[in-house]
Amino acid sequence: MTTRIRVDFIACDGRGLCAEMLPELIAMDDWGFPIIGDDGESVPSHLLADARVTVRACPRLALSMSGGETTGR
Amino acid sequence: MPAGRGDGPVSLAAHLIRYGALPCFRGRAQRDAMIAEVEAAGLTGRGGAAFPTARKLAAAAGGRRPVVVGNGTEGEPASAKDKALMARSPQLVLDGAVVAAELTGAAEAVIVAHRDVREIIDQAAAERRGAGFDQVRISVRIASDRFAGGESSAVVHWLKRGVPAPTGRPARQAGPYGAPALVQNVETLGHLALIARYGATWFRSVGTSAEPGSMLVTILGAVRMPCVTEIAIGTPVGHILDLAGGPSAPLRALLLGGYSGAWVPAAEAMGRPFSARGLEDLGATPGAGLIVALPATACGLRETARVIRYLASESAGQCGPCVFGLGAIAADAERLADGRGTDLGKLRRWLDQVDGRGACGHPAGAVRLVRSALRVFGAESAQHAAGWCCGTDQVLPVPFPRSR
Repeated sequence: MTTRIRVDFIACDGRGLCAEMLPELIAMDDWGFPIIGDDGESVPSHLLADARVTVRACPRLALSMSGGETTGR
Repeated sequence: MPAGRGDGPVSLAAHLIRYGALPCFRGRAQRDAMIAEVEAAGLTGRGGAAFPTARKLAAAAGGRRPVVVGNGTEGEPASAKDKALMARSPQLVLDGAVVAAELTGAAEAVIVAHRDVREIIDQAAAERRGAGFDQVRISVRIASDRFAGGESSAVVHWLKRGVPAPTGRPARQAGPYGAPALVQNVETLGHLALIARYGATWFRSVGTSAEPGSMLVTILGAVRMPCVTEIAIGTPVGHILDLAGGPSAPLRALLLGGYSGAWVPAAEAMGRPFSARGLEDLGATPGAGLIVALPATACGLRETARVIRYLASESAGQCGPCVFGLGAIAADAERLADGRGTDLGKLRRWLDQVDGRGACGHPAGAVRLVRSALRVFGAESAQHAAGWCCGTDQVLPVPFPRSR
């Protein structure tokens, strides 16, 4: 099962850290909110460590990962 | 299913004479058989999403004891079919809530009723209580008046905390009183009550094989007798307009489904079956059964701009792409309508960026409406930019946008 990274848009305030820390997976829209697919983005194995750090770094705790390895959050 | 034209609500006694006694579903075997019957009937949710009802029932029956929520919020300003049904046949809706409760082991059903019909539903529920009619406890709550307040997680949030905003958590996981919620549109409950009495074969005797049964529709705009009426799914759109007395003026386009639905050119839509399949390649769906006829004397760009400004103001204010994106898109739609012109490439990028994001379908619905307006009325924007608008009439009922 692949690991997916998701954003909770209700929690998200558009602080922008995720797009800076994980530009390979997360782009920003014109208003500074992360563009992550409805069903999350699948995280390739070489980005797992970076994705985990990004999830922990979100000041709004709006990011989560599921499937495969979890973040322990 | 009677709705619309007619007088006051049908009393419990008259209701029982008309439809016969409501069967009871006690015991596992009886419940499973009835859920299978609903599946065979092919009933889908009539609130707009058309989710298979049997699957929701089976999931709720297999989990912790749920609370049934009859969703009569009908926050769509142009739609009247749920109000019409609740005003005319409140007992049928309550029958359906009781059946849903019995099938899922729920002890309580809450009807969330639009404020216009809340007293009628209240009296109908009191009539049943007085007659000692049900094992299931029925309560009635007034609905929020927000557009997005009818989304199923928002209804649950409203019941639990008085906040009419979606939560992004499925209602089946987080209902009122800590129980899972089974949220069904009130019309869906009405159909459920009829399937419980007359069975799947009866239900499937109208409609199409892929989308069986009937549905309530609200027809307004440039028709002679705007009304709520019942149609067999798949009835040609032109015949549905005839049920409302036919067009009262030459038509330019139709808005199908709801304010988060789609515009279609009138000439192309007339012969189409009103069903998901029949409307698919026009980019429309039956949605919650709204049909608005736009006469040639009204301007599609202007009407769209009014609706989209309203939809933007009805954002629950929780998700960035909806709060900022819909506001930006509304401003662009107004620029197009006012002839100030806009960068269509930028507008399309914004539509792509907002589509499908956020905790509920509200932004996606608004995007669908604007995209369809660009398809159907896009050519008119050049005329607007040159200083001319074709329209003199306003057709769509749109409340004043809320200020923040």
